[in-house]
Order: sequence, then structure tokens, then C-alpha cells
Amino acid sequence: MALAFADPFDALFRFQRALDQQLESGWLEDLTTGRGAFPPINVFQQQGSDFVAIIEMPGVSKDALRLEVRGDTIRISGTKMVDYGGNASMHRRERVGGSFDRTISLPVQLDPNRITAECRDGILVLSLPRAESDKPKAIKVS
Amino acid sequence: MASAQELEVQQKRALEKKDEATVPARIYLPTTDIFETENALMVVMEMPGVVNEHADITIEDNVLTVTGRIDFSKYEKLQPVYTEYNIGHFQRSFSLAPSSIDEHRITAEMKDGVLTLTLPKAERVKARKIELK
Repeated sequence: MALAFADPFDALFRFQRALDQQLESGWLEDLTTGRGAFPPINVFQQQGSDFVAIIEMPGVSKDALRLEVRGDTIRISGTKMVDYGGNASMHRRERVGGSFDRTISLPVQLDPNRITAECRDGILVLSLPRAESDKPKAIKVS
Repeated sequence: MASAQELEVQQKRALEKKDEATVPARIYLPTTDIFETENALMVVMEMPGVVNEHADITIEDNVLTVTGRIDFSKYEKLQPVYTEYNIGHFQRSFSLAPSSIDEHRITAEMKDGVLTLTLPKAERVKARKIELK
């Protein structure tokens, strides 16, 4: 009998390694406004060839966030509030607040009407369906 | 918006542990603010992607430890094509001055991926105003 010893973390490691490897990816090339701009973006491809952008923005509420789509570009802007209340004495200050404005352009055509956004737990998930005209078509060999 | 300072991404710092964890997953340090108000010590931690049920807060031997686990299953069927940050669990510990905190009245709140801990000061350590006669 074969030992079915599945490592539950194996998938996680492979994924984390894949994330690291992609750091050198030229997928967006000069299309985005530089690395290091807030908020950091990860772009994934789903099984159906549609894309998902997962963006980390802890402390940004839904109301403080603005999203715009035009063609293949998405603009994400808003304000991250860091508030200490009235008379607080600081011990440690690491969080940084302020306003941000970032535009990402994808090298594929999007279907703007089907883009959905969900902001929850400090993570913004943008699902970016490809435009019908951009989808690969199978060619029948006669 | 030329005058406004642009918000930059803070690189995630990996947790450096003296002892190894049994779980070999990557753990990051949540960006943390700590400040003191009249009645409490406030600890504010950024843990994007951690839901209430996956955040653990413990105090043992005057060490406050906060652990946040992310739900990895959402990422299972995704293939990364462009990345700017890595994902992992969060953990961070702080030593507190002995018996300075009223441990039974600690409250925690999670909002937009930011955990706010209110650690009420013990009566003993509260500032006392001295009347001048």
C-alpha cells in the first residue's frame, strides 16, 4: 500500500516560491507606475485565463478607496488613515498613512463591464475578465 | 498632488525566531504601532487578509503574542504572473512590564486588516495626580 503522506504545506511553499520567482517577471514591464508604489499588487491568472489582482492595503476602508477603469488601465487611489487619537504618547511608530494614487495597465484587453472589486480585511481583490476579443481561439486544423 | 508625499510600500519583514517553529511556513512581522493613552496601552497591527477567527492573542509570562493566519485556500488555483509582495502568516511578540496590564479587560478589534488591541493599565501603574497644598 502506498503511503499517502500529503504535505499540507507543500502547496503553500510551492506557491511562496513561485511568488518569489515572479519578482523578476517582466509581465507588466514599463506599464505600471514603478515598483515600490503603494499599494503592492500581485496579479494572478485564473484557470479560465481571466486575471485576478490581489492588492494589500491594510487600514484602507471601502469608503476611502476609488477605482476607475478605462480600456486596459485601472486606477486605484485613496487615503490610508493612521490615527492615534488625542493625547497619546508614542512608543513605537511603524505604520505610515497618507494618500496614494496608482495606475496599472495590463497587457491584455479587459471587459470593463465585468470587472468586480471586493475589499475585505485589508485586501482588495479585483477580478479582471479578458475582453471577448482578446481571448485565445482554438483553430481547427482541416 | 505634487506637494503630498507619496505613500510607499513597506517591505514585509520576516520573523526571526530563536527557536524554530514546527510549521515550516513563512511568517512575517506585522507593522505595528504602540502608543499609550491615559488608561490603556494600545497596540495596532497591520495584518491584511487575516479574519477574526484566525487571529490569536495570548499573554504568557508578561509576553504578548499575536498570531494571524491567512487563508491560503483562496490562492490555490491561481498562477502568479506578476508579484510585488509575498504572502504568509503573521506573528509578533512584545514583552510587557510585569503586572502593568489588567489582563482580564483586554479587548481586541479587527477592521480592514488592522488589529487594534486595548490593554488597560493596571490600577497600580496609572498616573496619579498629586495635589499641591
